[in-house]
Amino acid sequence: MLINAFNDALTLIVSADPDLIEILLLSVQVSFSALAIAGILAMPLGTILAISHFRGRKLLITFLNAMMGLPPVVVGLFVYLMLSRSGPLGILELLYTPTAMIIAQVILIIPIIASLTYQVIEELNREYKDLFLSLKISPQQAVFAYLWDARYSLFTTLLAGFGRAISEVGAVMIVGGNINHLTRIMTTAIALETSKGELSLALSLGIVLLTIALLVNAIVISIKTFAGEKGYV
Amino acid sequence: MVIIRIAKKITISLGAVISFNFCYAESIILQSTTSTKNSGFYDYVLPMIKEDTGITVNVVAVGTGQAIKNAQRCDGDVLLVHSKAAEEKFVSDGYGVKRFDLMFNDFVIVGPSDDPANISGSTDVSEALNSIASQQTPFASRGDNSGTHKAERELWKISGIDTSKGTKMWYLETGSGMGATLNIAVGKAAYVLSDRATWIKFANKQDFKIHVQGDKRLFNQYGITLINPIKCPNVKSKAGQKFVRWLLSDKGQSSIESYTVGGNQLFFPNAQ
Amino acid sequence: MSNTPLIEVTNLSLKLSNADVLSSITIASTDPGVTMVMGPNGAGKSLFLRCLHGLTIPTGGSIKIFGNSILGTSTDQAMVFQKPVLLRRSVIDNLKFAGSTNTQRNAIDDALSLARLQDKQHFPAKLLSGGEQQRLALSRALLREPKLLVLDEPTASLDPASVQIIEQVIQDFTERGGKVIFVSHDIGQAKRLGSEIIFLHMGRVLEHSVASAFFNNPVTDEARAYLNGHIII
Repeated sequence: MLINAFNDALTLIVSADPDLIEILLLSVQVSFSALAIAGILAMPLGTILAISHFRGRKLLITFLNAMMGLPPVVVGLFVYLMLSRSGPLGILELLYTPTAMIIAQVILIIPIIASLTYQVIEELNREYKDLFLSLKISPQQAVFAYLWDARYSLFTTLLAGFGRAISEVGAVMIVGGNINHLTRIMTTAIALETSKGELSLALSLGIVLLTIALLVNAIVISIKTFAGEKGYV
Repeated sequence: MVIIRIAKKITISLGAVISFNFCYAESIILQSTTSTKNSGFYDYVLPMIKEDTGITVNVVAVGTGQAIKNAQRCDGDVLLVHSKAAEEKFVSDGYGVKRFDLMFNDFVIVGPSDDPANISGSTDVSEALNSIASQQTPFASRGDNSGTHKAERELWKISGIDTSKGTKMWYLETGSGMGATLNIAVGKAAYVLSDRATWIKFANKQDFKIHVQGDKRLFNQYGITLINPIKCPNVKSKAGQKFVRWLLSDKGQSSIESYTVGGNQLFFPNAQ
Repeated sequence: MSNTPLIEVTNLSLKLSNADVLSSITIASTDPGVTMVMGPNGAGKSLFLRCLHGLTIPTGGSIKIFGNSILGTSTDQAMVFQKPVLLRRSVIDNLKFAGSTNTQRNAIDDALSLARLQDKQHFPAKLLSGGEQQRLALSRALLREPKLLVLDEPTASLDPASVQIIEQVIQDFTERGGKVIFVSHDIGQAKRLGSEIIFLHMGRVLEHSVASAFFNNPVTDEARAYLNGHIII
């Protein structure tokens, strides 16, 4: 079965099977868009949590950490109820569209990116705080310096978010509906093929997804190595 | 060559990332049972519908119970499921315009080839279920309120068997779709009730085969209902109605009849 | 010279989690040279310096430097920490960060040559040796042309060459009229650089005298024991 699956995976890739390309590209599009949106929201949030003090800050950090463990199905259900035609945002007609999947993934990865950003910036803040006070660096300058000096760590943070988004199935299944040629992505296709008993095909799709995950991880590791060599970590 | 083609696709798609502009000419959402999807029926019939009517049908395939719930929340335009009583309630509650019989097939009991409950060849489903229950051989139930699950519950009831004593032991409620339940049954060497279409198309049969079939109580009727625009103003009732009419038409019915997998006809049209 | 003390500390106290770290410190220093702060570990030397620099807000009392009250950090002063705080950037970018917008390119070049790091200007600062890092931190501190230099054991465990370079820089700074406050455990260094000594013990000032007097005739038993190496530092 395994060898068959590897063969099938290879055939699918080499032949550039149009269906495979379609769902692969949609997977990447959806998760990439989710990443862009979540990054824009979560990185400043994590930075603010790391360098400022306000009432409820600890609570928010705890909340974000807890949200990291949130089951995707719960997120999917929540987004479904929001976007359902009889839900509060039903008028937007977004259910069963890629946009709905993006929304679900954004909610899913914001806690991850915000928490990791918080950790990265918090560590840097402990290191830099006295110097910035001593040099009387303005808060804006400080934020910019934190983001710039943490850029390699922040990039790996984003990739972690991307990894979670693209490998997720529970939420996108509910809000996307796994509609052929419209909202079918790698993970929902794997679930579908499994339910059809096409285990070999499902596994070969899994191998393709695994390859993407490996690529992402390879990028993370090489960035870490590069940054370490340059004294940036 | 391949790389160039992929690169082209990526460039085009990246453009699309910026504006997810899915302006499909005319499309409807079909809340559907899984068997019609997993059997490949939609892949066969939807292109014909697209050609004749121009309508793109987006299929959301879930269990009958969930499909009805989704439809009650107005998240769909047409409902195609197989649980007549639940569908009629759906219509009488005002969620559906009118329910039509569309087609039928039948349920079968499949199980491991060594047949531990010794039911092979039986055409009496009650006898077979009694045999399974009395010998406590594993039986996998959908347990998900789907059409097949409802049909299975009804069969236990008319056979006079209380399965609640068997849970945790031999009566396994998977809470999953037909395909997932078949996978579990194969893994656990458990008997399982399946619609014939899903079973024929199912690719992970291993040593499993049909043991019980042909009892008229195993009849499985599929119905189609347009979701009521009075309850759900967003329903694309015109396109939905076109779709329903096409399937009920002579052309639709004969195309259902001509869909076969490995020489087996999966669905039998019976629109009035 | 006016009669205004350069450093005037009145009844300074600092409590950290209810423990008295500094108690009723009163000092008036008119010495224009290097004021050495000495004392055993836990005497409160570093916290005293942090209070003078405005990094730590005291619990009570007041501090005036050059006649101005210290309510926070000020660009009149610069501080170098025992563990140099360097940005995760190149040597030259560390200098540029401290320089104000109108800092001239030749000021940066001067700072580079002061640190003897002309050849390593594009080298990651975090990968420099300990001595090189401290030289960089010191010349960065001087870039803003402070009038007071606050040094917290800047030469602890550095290579002899770097110690020599740093001492030279400090001497040049005082010769140009700069004031230095310097914490050191190195009695030889204190003798070489110090013109007056403040001896701290358990958060209190036990002696405040001219360097030669302190080393030749310490008044308190604690100072004698410290100088004889009987108090473990």
